[in-house]
Amino acid sequence: MNEVQITFEQVSFSYGGPPVLERVNLEIRSGEFLGVVGPNAGGKTTLLKLMLGLLKPSSGKITVLGKTAAKGRQLIGYCPQHVTFARDFPLCVEEAVMLGRLGKTQPLGGYRKEDRGIVEQALAATELLPVRKQRLETLSGGQLQRVLVGRALASQPEILVLDEPTANIDLRMEEDIFDLLKKLNRRLTIVVVSHDIGFISGYVTRVACLNRTLFCHYPSELTSDAIERLYRRHVSLIEHLH
Amino acid sequence: MLDFIDALTTHRFLQHALVAGLLASVGCGVIGTYVVVKRLGYLAGGIAHAVLAGLGVARFYDKPPILGAVMAAMIAALLIGWISLRAKQHEDTLISSVWALGMAIGVLFIARTPGYNTDLMAYLFGNILFVSGQQLLLMACLDLLILVAVVLFYKQFLAVAFDEEFARARGIHTEFFYMLLLCLVALTVVLLIQVVGLILVIALLSLPPTIAAAYAHSVKGIMFLASLLSAAFTTGGIMLSYQPDLPAGATIVVLAGGCFLVSTALLRMRRGGYRGTA
Repeated sequence: MNEVQITFEQVSFSYGGPPVLERVNLEIRSGEFLGVVGPNAGGKTTLLKLMLGLLKPSSGKITVLGKTAAKGRQLIGYCPQHVTFARDFPLCVEEAVMLGRLGKTQPLGGYRKEDRGIVEQALAATELLPVRKQRLETLSGGQLQRVLVGRALASQPEILVLDEPTANIDLRMEEDIFDLLKKLNRRLTIVVVSHDIGFISGYVTRVACLNRTLFCHYPSELTSDAIERLYRRHVSLIEHLH
Repeated sequence: MLDFIDALTTHRFLQHALVAGLLASVGCGVIGTYVVVKRLGYLAGGIAHAVLAGLGVARFYDKPPILGAVMAAMIAALLIGWISLRAKQHEDTLISSVWALGMAIGVLFIARTPGYNTDLMAYLFGNILFVSGQQLLLMACLDLLILVAVVLFYKQFLAVAFDEEFARARGIHTEFFYMLLLCLVALTVVLLIQVVGLILVIALLSLPPTIAAAYAHSVKGIMFLASLLSAAFTTGGIMLSYQPDLPAGATIVVLAGGCFLVSTALLRMRRGGYRGTA
């Protein structure tokens, strides 16, 4: 069995009102491709923010690579939903990916030569070299998503965490992104939040169903019963082969 | 024009005014760019107006006004920064309160100061023709401080301005850098108050970077172009206002506003032209 990289032990969280997460237990092992699914406001993004130490649990314990979440997050590459910044921000692809070096590079002044080499690799891995000098606002949704993946890769992570990477792009692009993630999964652990349970089941090695409480399944075990329990209404599973 | 050049060689105050305009342009271009891309215009307006409190207090106790301005600007920046970090939902109301409270305190102290109150207009609308050599030196120091901070922490400021949550996930102290950025905005406001007065500060802080953003494609490029534009506006404004004896600060702002309108119209026409040929 591969080593455990992230653990949640009896983790509960609330933003001051009713609990968003309740007694969540989760172990993520290296090499996994974990899909986190669930209804809106089911706590998916909250789970990621706890993992990154951006929020502190109300109770319970989280460890990332044996450290606290706030320390371990240096080894997590994070792709937020791309609505967190203004599309028209005057930044080109290369500069945006460069920001992934923060926390790894020298704190003062410019970047080092070594940083540029790492960014070069991240651009190549995400096939962004041809558009490296383009402004973010000129990119398609799929390209923009690859910029976020590239930026996360530039921090040389061991774990890649993505929040709804395909929320704003069309189906063909969605496949591109997941093919890229599958390729990256050969060397990285991947945790991806998605609302699209049917689509991701063809890619992930395990599914965590989250709606305040969390249940894990292997894709083959995903039955309409499990999904109904999650969404609390009837859902029809459409079989689809890739 | 020739009259102006002639006057420039003989009148010290004009030389001072031009240098003051150029010094203010550096801070204006660099920090104004952050104000525009991070949308801090309203915060900067609040800081600028609250500075009247410092000017009034300094006047009452017969201290140098720039000292009072720096202190009031810093206090306002820290207060407003703290408010906007803690109370997201009422941010605008709270900033408005700091804005008005600062002005009210300033007016009270000025009213209690014996003597004429002609200075009030200069605080509000600038007195670039009365900048002393000592003030120029102080302005240069403020510029240096701003430039050193921006060169040292360029990456962090960029990350905080662009995507705060990601910056935090990378272990950047985003709150610290946000506060530091607001302090730099405060220092820039003080620089600009010398030129255009506290009411018009916000125009010089936002117009040159906004024009520049349409032509330059990186944050550094916008900073550079905005500084050049701001230098052109202050110099041009002083020249235009000299002969007909108009208020220099207001002339500078009208010139900047006019250029903004012309630039926007030109860009629209060009884009419209593209659509026409397509």
